[in-house]
Amino acid sequence: MARFLVNRLGQAVLLLAIVSMLGFAILHLAPGGPLSQFALSSQMTQEDLDRITRQLGLDRPLPIQYADWLWRMLRGDWGNSYRDGEPVLKIIGAHLGATLELMATATVIAILLGCWVGILGAIRRYSIFDQLATVGAMVALSIPTFWFGLIAIYLFSVTLGWLPSGNRHTVGEEGSLLDMIHHLIAPALVLALVETAMWGRFMRSSMLDVINQDYIRTARAKGLPEWRILSQHALRNALLPMITVAGLQFPTLLGGALVTETVFTWPGMGRLFLDSIGYRDYPVVMGILMFSATMVLIGSLIADILYAVVDPRIRVG
Amino acid sequence: MSDETNSVKAVPTLATGPSRRVLMVLGAGAAAGLAAPSALLAQGARPAGPPDRPRGQIVAALSQEPTSFNPLMPGIEVDQAVWWQVFSTLWVIDPEGNFVPDLAREVPTVANGGLSADGLTWKIKLRSDVKWHDGTPFTAEDVKYSLELINNPNFRVRNRVGHSLVKDIKVVAPDEIHWRMESPYSPYLSILALTYLVPKHILEKAQDVNASVMNTAPIGTGPFRWVSRQPGDNIQLAANTAYHGKGPYVERLIFKYIPDLTVLYTQFRTGQVDYTGIQGILPNFVREAKTLRDRTVVVSSTSSVEHIAPNLDFGPLTDKAVREALYMAVNKKAIIDALNYGLPTPTETFVPQDGWAFQKGLPAHSFDPAKANALLDAAGWARGSDGVRAKGGVRLEFTNSTTSGNAVREQTQQLLMQDWKAIGASMRIQNMPPAVMWGEFWQQSKFNSALVSVNFMLGADPDVTPRFGSGAIPAKGGRGFNTYQYQSAEADRLLTLGATQFDLAERKQTYGALQTLIRNDLAILPLYQGVIAEGLKANLRGFRPNGNASTNTWNIREWYWA
Repeated sequence: MARFLVNRLGQAVLLLAIVSMLGFAILHLAPGGPLSQFALSSQMTQEDLDRITRQLGLDRPLPIQYADWLWRMLRGDWGNSYRDGEPVLKIIGAHLGATLELMATATVIAILLGCWVGILGAIRRYSIFDQLATVGAMVALSIPTFWFGLIAIYLFSVTLGWLPSGNRHTVGEEGSLLDMIHHLIAPALVLALVETAMWGRFMRSSMLDVINQDYIRTARAKGLPEWRILSQHALRNALLPMITVAGLQFPTLLGGALVTETVFTWPGMGRLFLDSIGYRDYPVVMGILMFSATMVLIGSLIADILYAVVDPRIRVG
Repeated sequence: MSDETNSVKAVPTLATGPSRRVLMVLGAGAAAGLAAPSALLAQGARPAGPPDRPRGQIVAALSQEPTSFNPLMPGIEVDQAVWWQVFSTLWVIDPEGNFVPDLAREVPTVANGGLSADGLTWKIKLRSDVKWHDGTPFTAEDVKYSLELINNPNFRVRNRVGHSLVKDIKVVAPDEIHWRMESPYSPYLSILALTYLVPKHILEKAQDVNASVMNTAPIGTGPFRWVSRQPGDNIQLAANTAYHGKGPYVERLIFKYIPDLTVLYTQFRTGQVDYTGIQGILPNFVREAKTLRDRTVVVSSTSSVEHIAPNLDFGPLTDKAVREALYMAVNKKAIIDALNYGLPTPTETFVPQDGWAFQKGLPAHSFDPAKANALLDAAGWARGSDGVRAKGGVRLEFTNSTTSGNAVREQTQQLLMQDWKAIGASMRIQNMPPAVMWGEFWQQSKFNSALVSVNFMLGADPDVTPRFGSGAIPAKGGRGFNTYQYQSAEADRLLTLGATQFDLAERKQTYGALQTLIRNDLAILPLYQGVIAEGLKANLRGFRPNGNASTNTWNIREWYWA
């Protein structure tokens, strides 16, 4: 296991270096730059823009800028945003809470609901429930999230007035748990809708694989009650592939849901990334890129380790 | 606002009030007696009266996020929404074009001795009852420090236009400051109306003035104090009860960032926000918004002019006859009515129509494809077999660029393409994301033509040297943003003259001649003056659109709940 971990960590460092190099190059070579937002301002001349470009060090050759960024990064300095001057880590931290709140809620709903639908669909294969679930999943996966978001806002906020049409809190009245839940319902459900469909499909397929195995037939032949066969023999094995799915979902959990966050004015990581790209806020974009890449690597590493822990047939190393 | 009796009229005869800016006030507010522009003015005059002490809160929605809080550092329009609340300037320009003193006791003029006759010596008297938000008194030392900081080469200042001419700053008394200008420069009065002053006692202690506390928790002398910022979400300000002017009348002001304009409108509709700022309500929602209960919609013109920007150094567009024919072939009415819901007003110049320098009687655009065809025929542009004209081997074809994803502009381009095809001009669309479009492509004049909205005014001053001066072409090493590459000796002469005149009537004449010249040369093909539709809860009073300020949030200190 120790050798496996060392190997994986080595690969991870190499991958991160490649990601950072590619990300930095693509970002800086793309036309435009952080000062484009000022180009139409009647208060700033080309001379001003050139001066600020020099002051920010953006006129230096790209390899030198990269080396400077990397050296600072290795010393724990992720840089400061070009927009508000705040440290990148602080900015990521400020948006991470909102994203975690939304994504974790949606994922918990999706896992519980998705697994239930998937299991039931597999046990009662081709039943009306299974067919409805299949059609529902296809619909949920085919229609874009923003559409569900807008429909939810129109229905529950504009028409019925039951739920707020966005935001994380009632503006100016932060701190109330009930208020937070009230605001969380619509975006979490919209996001969970798509995730539920996905988890449902994975779970159904995994469960179908398992319930046709010989050991399930053996269990039935032994006369075990059906609930016990399902819970103790089928489900435990069917859940194994879900570990991989969960591992790959982990970075998404922290990366935010760009569309849902925009539609529901949710101040999370997805929107931060979109805004930062739009303004070419290089330090923040690079920070998010490195953070996400690290999370992907950690997620898949945890999934591999967990798999080995729960499945005795797998040995790592 | 401070003592309005000391205000100086910047407009000799044009003070017709904001009625030309405020095109309509409709919605449920109309039923409540707010239907006419005059009624809106009455709101500003507070017929019902504001409360004795700050009450309630305002949630002002912004479609961009304010992120730059040091008002002397680079920032965009949305940042000014915050600067207006936290900071103060020496004087401001009200909607009627009057200079109104704020931190200064009076606006300097030659008549009151504040300005020497040659415009070189400035003597400013300051209020002595002003305090920074931390309780420290505001003095002339702060003004001196701010002006010196702007000229400090190590400071990442937004710009030094005008400020770089300031020399020999002398603090005569805690409430009086004098300085000398290296050369006379009349637009400086307007520039100072948008120059927010910063506290010396805070910044002089900062290790790095580019990364001081002013960037994250600014301290000013404005009507609202900084409370907190939730990045990507909101900024909270609280009433400065020791404010030296009128107001503020609400306890708390919250700027809420909502990036999507459709979502922003929905939240206004559902009552989650009290005011829709900066980009306001999308034109396609305006009609519906006017029917909402307990909401007021104010449509007012902005200082920006939507225009077709020709690159005057690019092939066929160098020919004035081509520009005239192209302009004549544009169906401006269709663009305004069909694509912009009839809201904007057509214009022929770069000066806003309620600006004091606006030149009336410029040749009016007329949509006449037949005349445009005849003009091109006469100028020797002959149609080829594919219908596209050419002259001396130069084909009448070019690209037009704008920000991709801007639906109205993209539809405008479709109309332009059709209109121009009819006169044998071939236009192709080449749109780009904002960071690309307004980067080097725009700044270094790499476009053929562009569709763009620009506020040409320097603050509220019509000095457009950086836009049309021949020494302001970045692609030719100039210092400015004359990306059109317009060069005219006469324009240069008028620009120099206008910037050194201190008599407003004379200046108006100079800038009138400049507008006539630029209209005749068609350095830009003006389409219309921009409009903004802003929504407010009907019982929120005091809103006064101000084209002379950088944003209509300029006077939130006077807003109150009726």
